[in-house]
Parts: sequence; C-alpha cells; structure tokens
Amino acid sequence: MNNHAWLMLGLYLTILLLTVKPLGSYIADVMEGRGFAPRLGGGFEALLYRLCGIRKDEEMGWLKYVFAILIFNVLGVLAVYALQRLQVWLPLNPQSMANVSADSSFNTAISFATNTNWQGYAGESSMSYLTQMLGLTVQNFFSAATGIVVVIALIRGFARHTAKTIGNAWVDLTRITLYVLLPMSLVFAIFLVGQGVIQNFDGYKDVTTIEVTKYDNPKVDAAGQPLKDEKGNAVTAPATTQTQTLAMGPVASQEAIKMLGTNGGGFFNANSAHPYENPTPLANFLQMLAIFLIPAALCFTFGRMVGDTRQGWAVLAAMTLMFVVMAVAAMYFEQQGNPQLGKLGVDMAGGNMEGKEARFGITDSGLFATITTLASCGAVNAMHDSFMPLGGLVPLTSMMLGEVVFGGVGSGLYGMLVFAIMAVFIAGLMIGRTPEYLGKKIEAYEMKMVSIAILVTPLLVLLGTAVAVMVADGIAGIANPGAHGFSEILYAFTSAANNNGSAFAGLSANTPFYNIMTAIAMWFGRFGVIVAVLALAGGLAAKKRIAVSAGTMPTHGALFVTLLIGTVLLVGALNYVPALALGPVIEHLVLFTTH
Amino acid sequence: MNNLLRPAISLFVLLSVMTGIVYPLVVTGIAQVTFPEQAGGSLIVKDGKPIGSALIGQSFTDPKYFWGRPSATSPQSYNAAASSGSNQGPLNPALTDAVKGRVDALKAADPTNNNPIPADLVTASASGLDPHISPVAAAYQIARVAKTRGLPLERLTALIAQHTQGRQWGVFGEPRVNVLKLNLALDSMR
Repeated sequence: MNNHAWLMLGLYLTILLLTVKPLGSYIADVMEGRGFAPRLGGGFEALLYRLCGIRKDEEMGWLKYVFAILIFNVLGVLAVYALQRLQVWLPLNPQSMANVSADSSFNTAISFATNTNWQGYAGESSMSYLTQMLGLTVQNFFSAATGIVVVIALIRGFARHTAKTIGNAWVDLTRITLYVLLPMSLVFAIFLVGQGVIQNFDGYKDVTTIEVTKYDNPKVDAAGQPLKDEKGNAVTAPATTQTQTLAMGPVASQEAIKMLGTNGGGFFNANSAHPYENPTPLANFLQMLAIFLIPAALCFTFGRMVGDTRQGWAVLAAMTLMFVVMAVAAMYFEQQGNPQLGKLGVDMAGGNMEGKEARFGITDSGLFATITTLASCGAVNAMHDSFMPLGGLVPLTSMMLGEVVFGGVGSGLYGMLVFAIMAVFIAGLMIGRTPEYLGKKIEAYEMKMVSIAILVTPLLVLLGTAVAVMVADGIAGIANPGAHGFSEILYAFTSAANNNGSAFAGLSANTPFYNIMTAIAMWFGRFGVIVAVLALAGGLAAKKRIAVSAGTMPTHGALFVTLLIGTVLLVGALNYVPALALGPVIEHLVLFTTH
Repeated sequence: MNNLLRPAISLFVLLSVMTGIVYPLVVTGIAQVTFPEQAGGSLIVKDGKPIGSALIGQSFTDPKYFWGRPSATSPQSYNAAASSGSNQGPLNPALTDAVKGRVDALKAADPTNNNPIPADLVTASASGLDPHISPVAAAYQIARVAKTRGLPLERLTALIAQHTQGRQWGVFGEPRVNVLKLNLALDSMR
C-alpha cells in the first residue's frame, strides 16, 4: 500500500460519509411522502395512481406486500425474456443482433430482475439497443427499487407497533423510482458523457487504423460452428485487417443506474473496464462512490425512521470497519505482483497488471473490486479472474459475508438488520435474557425468519458448487487449470446466490447447465430472502413496543458494533472456510512455495 | 390476486416507458447538445476520415511505433466490437507463456535494452482496448523507436513528457500516456 492508495481510501470514505445524512434524510422524507420532491411531483404521481387503479392510502399487510413485489418482478422476467427472444424483429437493432437463445435469455431475465446482473452473454455482440434500454435498463431501476422498498417495509416493521400493515408496495416503488433513482441517474449519466461515456443510437463505427493488424481467423463450417482439428484445437487461417469496429449504443443512461442501483451489468462485455463505460479516473471514482451512495444513506434513513439516528450510525460503523479491512487487503495483495512473471524479468514494482487498465492501476482496481463485491453491484473495472490468489480471495469473501457490508441498495441493509437481530439473539443467550432490538422482543417466529434469511444463500452456494464440480457439464466450463478452476465455479455460485453478478469470467457460463443452475441460485437467493424479510417485517410491526429497561442491551455503542461484526464474520467463516481452503488458499500456497 | 394484477401490470408498463424510453432519450438529447463528441465516441479524424477513438487503443507491433498494452480480444487484438480480458489466473501456464512471448518480442526488437520490463507492457489489459500505457512503459521503448526512426533520444523524451497525462485533478488514477495519440504525433514529426 503506497501513500496514494491510503489517500484514495481516505478521500473515498470522507466524501461517502458526507453524503450519508443529506441523502438518507431525503430518502426518508420521500418514502413518507414528505418534503419538496413529493410536493413537486404530487400531481404526476396522482395521475399515475389513477391510471393504474392504485389507492395510495390503502396499506398492505406483509403477505400482500410479498405478492405485489413478486408479481412486479415476474413481469420483469417475462418482459426481458420476450425482448431478447424477439429482438431481431423489433426496432433499434442496427447491428441486426439475432434473437438470444432460450436458456441465455432465461438466465439474463432472472439475473436482471434479481439485481444480480450476472452476464453469460457479451453485450456488444448479442443485445440490441432496444433490449438494452427497455429490457435491461428498466430492470436496473426496478430491481433497485425492489430492494429499497423491502428494507423500507422492514424499517416500518421496527418503527410501528401493534400494526397490521407495512406500507403500500405500489406507492413505495413509484416514489423511490421517481424521486430518487431517476433524478440521480439523469445527473450522473450526463456527467459520465462529459467524461467520455458514449450515448447514441448509431450503428457500430468503422475506423481505419494506423497499422495493419495480423491475426488468426478461426474457420467456421457451413452451419457457422467453429471448425476443430483432430486434437480439438480451432482451425484458423492467417488474416489481416486495417478496420477497427467501434461498438456504440446508449451506454451512459444504463451506466448511471447500473452503479447507483448496485446492479453492475455492463453494456459491454468488459463492463466498467471498457473505456466507453468508464473512460477516466474521475468517472471511475464517482462510479465507486455511486455504488455505496444509497446503501450508506439508507443506514441514516433507517435511524431516522425508527426515531434514533444513533442506531443507523452504529450499523454504518460496522459496515465501514469491515470495508476498510477488505479494501486494504485487496490493494496490498494486488500490489505484490506475480512471482511467476518476476522470473521472466518483469518489474514487480508495477504490481499484478494482468487484467487491469493502465488508467486505474493497482489502487483503483483493488478498491473498485472490494466496493463492487461488498455491495452486491458486480460491475468490474479489472478482471477478478486474473487477480492474485489472495487478491481474488477478497472479492470472493466479500460476497460470502452475505452482501451485508453496504450490500445492494436496500438488500444490504435488510441483510445487515437480519444479522443485527441474530447478534442481539446471541447476546441474549449469553446473559440469559429475552433478546430485544429497537423495542421489539425477538421470539421464535422472528428467529425462524432470520435463520431462513441467513441460511438460504450459503445453501445455494455450496450445493450449487458441489453439483457443478461433480458433473461433466460443470467441469467443462473451467478455463484455468488447478485450484483456480475450482475457485471459478465457487465464485460463480457465490456471485449468483448473493446477487452480486461479478465473475471469475474465464468460466464459460453461457451453457444450458450454468444458465439454469445460476438462474435458480439467483432467484431463490433473492426472493427466498425477501419473503423471509417481509414476513419478519409483518411480525415485528404487529408487536407491542416494550420500554427500555436496565436489562436492555444498547444497540448503538461500540459493544454492539463489535458484536455485529463478529456475528457476520462468524457466520461467513463457518459456512465457507473449507471451500476457500480448496480454492484461493491452495493456489496462494502453490504460487509462493514452489519458487 | 386480481386486485394486485391490474396495478402491477399498468404500473410496470408506465414506469417501463419512463425509465426505458423517456429517460434514455432525454439523456441522449442532453448529451448530443452538451457533449456531442464524447457521446459519439471521441473519434479522431484525420484528413476527413475517422482513424480511431481517443479512448480506444489500437494494435501496434512495428518497431517504429510505441507499443500499447497486449490485448486478449479475439479473433484479432484490439477488437472494439468484442471487449475482453484474458481471464488467465496467476498460476496458469498459458499466462506465463504469453508473457514470455511478449518479453522475447521486446528484447528481439531492442536487444541492448537491459532495463526492467514494465509490467503493464507485457500483461493484457482488462478490456483489451486499453488506450494507455504507463510513462515508464513509454520510456522503456524510447531507444527502440529512436533507433528505428533515426531520431535523437531527447526529442522522444520530450514528446512523451508532452503526452503524459498526470493524475486527474492531481489525485485520481495513474499517470499515463495515450499510445495512439503519441504515435500520431510521432508520425507528424519531421
């Protein structure tokens, strides 16, 4: 870690923490229908409700809220699937992209509806502009809105007492989209264009390059399949070109919500490493900021809505401490460099630059990787597959913590609040008292829901990985030999079930096997948790509020922050240490002991 | 259920139109007015013909040019219609082989150069389209380019200094040199 890395980390945290209070209180106002934005847009909002037959004062019980969220998201899956399957006949397809295969369309539809944005496809060679904007951009908004309204419903569960309802899902979805996500995205998108992100509907542009590029062109048979020789290697013919085809599209509008909504699905295959998606270090810094912006602010929203802002700051403190440790680790291990390449005469001072961009270097790549995986964003500005073994361990474990350290918009905080309940439960067991959190007694029903919410993702990750390494279809996707190949599969299921979406991208995941397996992991990793959280919200809202007594453990001090961090780490470690030992840990030992 | 379906479908459609059609069109409209060149891809035009983008790298292998980052796009390098990294892990023998090949190519083009080889000059970028190299990687190549073109070293050192972008606003990112712009300037030198 050099001085510049410490400076970046400090600057990042300072700016992030300065935004928490203003944005957090704005979101709290908006979700309660107060403040200038709902007043300004009130007329338009009312028109929307009239057109949709929504009575905005009619609140929902938790079960109805669940159904509303599920129906809304299933509609999203259907729309994204249909757009991909029909895109060749639809407008805004200047490159005449063919219809996407059924299994890939299914995977992508689930992926974008669950805020995962796992991508088996390469954007610039498979999606029409219409699919990108009307399918994928829309889901970037809707899945972000879904996460936020679920945590708002959970917060209402804490804030209310002896109540039957937790809010109106339609009103919540509308308000967060209209007053928070859309305006922020608009401003951010224009800024990104100013930095060089493209935004147009032109066909791909051909330019004549300075040099003639020589390459081996793979031959294809009559059916368009690549030809292979008897050893299974591709048959190629020497070719030359002096034309470079620049992929175009409405990138900035998607890029903005991709970061602000912790979605992470790139317009292009290389995601935020692509110069047209993330052209400058300043754009990169603001993209990193955009990822944590709403998850951090929601902590304040939480504190405000439960009537004690210290509660929100405590949760934010736990998140921040874990983030700093992870970020330092990632930057440190990537700066070390690869000893294999050192032996060839490569200067190790440059760090591990394989799969990294020169404008970002080690610092911005390591920091971005930590932020994007702690938050369930999954955008990448460097290829995680080429990270050093322990450098790659950071994004992997960041996801394994359950995407609760900042986490996805909304989903991070509801995940963290579930861990908070677990923490007070463990503390209660230790001193033999009924646990309580924010004036609500934590009883058997709550603990059942908490257990489901905590256990569903590790189950999906470990079972999915186990199945994939046992069947030929699973092993066939591996790109790197040895322990790293296992890490690729483990990373894929960790990313899918935790709704992150980043990848050790060497894995050939665009096959029916991986498309279906990861789709299952994404769907249940998202909605298995959401249903449990909303059930928890309903149960909490119905409870009486109990007064603070001498036996109440304060949940805003250092003791609670420590306990919360301990709970998150303990659960994460117990679930995943054996799997990690088989992947990155072995790889590290091999790399650094055989030389 | 029925009282949920109507609001669900109509809200889905209306908000889809707003976020999926109106919003991208508004961004496009504002972008075309305020930043038309960036929105169109920051193209570099020479003699009325587009010859590249200031943001997208090109392949250079001739000793008379400065070389950029190795690119793992396929089938050809710097394929700007199919961005990609190599995704090779640190222990992958294919990575070691590829880097060895690049080291050998650098040495073959300039056998007397005994400086340590800058890491970014022999490792593939994340996008395969990286337009930049580090100033150290540019400096490493000065002797070769100078010899091939018969130019004095100082002029190339000055040219690189002129084309080196520092950290943005003095703090963000890494110092870097745009290879395409550097080579264009090189070609226009007399």
